Amino acid sequence: MTRQDVVITGIGLVSSLGEGPDAHWDILSKPGTAPVVDEAAFAPYPVHPLPALNLDAQIPKKGDQRQMEPWQRLGTYAAGLAIDQASARGLVADMHLIVSAGGGERDIAVDEAVAAQFCTTPPAEAGPALNEKLATDLRPTLFLAQLSNLLAGNISIVHGVTGSSRTFMGEEAAAADAVRIAAARLAEGRGGIALVGGAYASQRWDLVLLYGAGGALWRGPFAPVSARPGTGGFVGGALGAFLVLETADHARARGAVPLARLAGVASDATHVRAGGASAAAAKALHARLGAPSGAGLGVLSGMTGVAEARAEEDAFLATLGGAAIRRTGTLLGHGVEASFPANVALGALALSRGGFYPAMDPADAGDGPVERILVTGFGQWRGEALALLERAA
Amino acid sequence: MKDHLGRPLVAVTGIGIVTPLAWGREASWAALRAGRSGITRIRRFPVDKLRTTIAGTVELPEEAAGGEIASSPVRVERMAAAAVEEALAQAAIGPEGTFPGPLMVGMPPVEYEWPQRFDLARRANGDGSYRAATEAASGRQDLYETFLFGGVGERLAARFGTRGAPIALTTACATGASAIQMAVEAIQRGESEAAIALGADGSVQPEAVIRFALLSALTARNEHPEKASRPFEKTRDGFVMSEGAAALVLESLEHATRRGATVLGLVSGCGERADSFHRTRSNPDGHAIIGAMCNAIADAGIAPGDIGYVNAHGTGTPENDKMETLGMRAVFGDAPPPISSNKSMIGHTLSAAGAIEAAVSLLTIRDQVLPPTINHAEPDPAITLDVVPNVARPVSGLRHVLSNSFGFGGQNVCLVVSAAP
Repeated sequence: MTRQDVVITGIGLVSSLGEGPDAHWDILSKPGTAPVVDEAAFAPYPVHPLPALNLDAQIPKKGDQRQMEPWQRLGTYAAGLAIDQASARGLVADMHLIVSAGGGERDIAVDEAVAAQFCTTPPAEAGPALNEKLATDLRPTLFLAQLSNLLAGNISIVHGVTGSSRTFMGEEAAAADAVRIAAARLAEGRGGIALVGGAYASQRWDLVLLYGAGGALWRGPFAPVSARPGTGGFVGGALGAFLVLETADHARARGAVPLARLAGVASDATHVRAGGASAAAAKALHARLGAPSGAGLGVLSGMTGVAEARAEEDAFLATLGGAAIRRTGTLLGHGVEASFPANVALGALALSRGGFYPAMDPADAGDGPVERILVTGFGQWRGEALALLERAA
Repeated sequence: MKDHLGRPLVAVTGIGIVTPLAWGREASWAALRAGRSGITRIRRFPVDKLRTTIAGTVELPEEAAGGEIASSPVRVERMAAAAVEEALAQAAIGPEGTFPGPLMVGMPPVEYEWPQRFDLARRANGDGSYRAATEAASGRQDLYETFLFGGVGERLAARFGTRGAPIALTTACATGASAIQMAVEAIQRGESEAAIALGADGSVQPEAVIRFALLSALTARNEHPEKASRPFEKTRDGFVMSEGAAALVLESLEHATRRGATVLGLVSGCGERADSFHRTRSNPDGHAIIGAMCNAIADAGIAPGDIGYVNAHGTGTPENDKMETLGMRAVFGDAPPPISSNKSMIGHTLSAAGAIEAAVSLLTIRDQVLPPTINHAEPDPAITLDVVPNVARPVSGLRHVLSNSFGFGGQNVCLVVSAAP
């Protein structure tokens, strides 16, 4: 099978810093940008909040908006931005779709009321009472808003993307594999164009509860990812990130201008990561991609701030010589299933603008013109992934 | 060793099945052939005040012994592990604990359930707020690792020694078929010589039953559970939730042949098509399900007339079975092949269904017996199909089976499984 080149022709990006490629380039190419942080609403856990969005611009039907909660709206919105930038509205019928998804929103008020009301009820009575309460209080439509695969479903409904639809689950690793599989399918000739990405709605107690239990969330006043002591932790960042991928031939034939070439994506999952295993896995992925080191390489790191993963990634980054390393999580926060596509999007943006970003985190080092960009994705718990981007030919 | 597109042919060398009928491939298959129902009254939790009080359930041994009821991710992982173990034992591939390829895990989204929520609220002295629960859950690595979406796949990958990052995926009711498609593609693109694909679901817990009931998707024929699932029948009025798992060991035919493995069949075609019509309903013109069926048949390099039998999606909802009939007539014309629904016996195993039904399709070819659609009392004049009513049917010369999976959210996947060459 002949492998075809895969290029990125559209990015859809929403973060606490704003939306769209221009806004992100303007803000992130200036030195000294400060993150947008809310330290109060989910204290002691800071979050990077969602910006105000003109939802009507991407989700024109109010009925569609009502069928979703913020997470699905954010993802559907970002997906539309990517399709628009690629000028691919007319290609959605045969566009393939892979979404990396977490859990959908729960009805927080119902959960809190039910938990308080029945937690001490004797089991024999609690069951029937719970049944009656849930049957009354749960909204049928919210079930759909809650299903992980319904972000993809909504992208199909709102934007008409119907080539195929798959939803990967599994936090950061799911995001990297979504990009990897979407690109591999195009490269081997399964379709000409694909949409891939994810979203993370940071202002959700149900996610704080899940990630907080594992000590994966940073507690206390905001600090950059490199400067979170102890076991560290991530600061959730509102993030919607989608990429339109195409074969180079497909893009050329329709006159689309690629932002960058996606030269490769590789992933692994070490089952015990500490003590150098995770760093060694990443080094092997780096070799598998034939990725460069040293000057001319820019690195967009998806570092979460979780200490164990950070130590492993630092060990890996230390092997890259004089590469210019940027820890985007310090400014964008960590968007779990959205961070990997967001960093690929930022990489494509930089290559298309012929520049790179100034330091984002106190530990960021290296500078100078960048020819190629490596995106890293060390999961908060498991998973190692890299993507290599090059200037489009 | 290559298919009509020059891709490696993909062989099945191991099959593992867990259903409400049995833990195990041959026992589950024997029960399906016999037309036995696995649907019962729900005994796992109190069903007072519920509209639907029946389901297909898979009990864990410790639950049967009176132990605590497992949460969905724990049940999914246990059933999945059993199915993979059975498939690996049949495939006899590699030393124990190592497998020469990736793991594709079709599973439902998982989240804290009410027992976890109540426990956290009790630890917070009756405070039901998320803020209090978050404090009470601090340091609970057990909760975190159990309910992370990547948790089940990580533990299975570690246990069976699969290569690379496991991929967990969901396409609603097409999930199991999608997992098989992902594994087939990995082998076709030469990423690996082998792969494990599995689908598993264990969602019969109060909130999930209530949510599906609120969507009016479930039948409430509670009086006779074994008669409640009635795909393609005139009085059908909803599906029955169920649980189970199936795993396939897939290899390139060349790899299987080289190591002298017994080839159980081929996954010769995969087709998909998404629908943009509605969150729970198919476009009335049926183009997405027709597209998925046609794509699978074309991908296999055969013609519709080569399909000898269809393993239906056949949920027993009025809508699905009507649309599936429309799809069958559109794809096969005036002489569609027989079609039957395993869900008439085991209910809708949701994320597992596509995998279980592909596995059953392989056994259908192996034994040349079409499993029946049971509970077929009153034919629906609108269903102009041979649904293999009530009793299994011996056949001969069956080589290609189409297995349909159509999901909420418009995610449709069809597979063609074929006899070994």
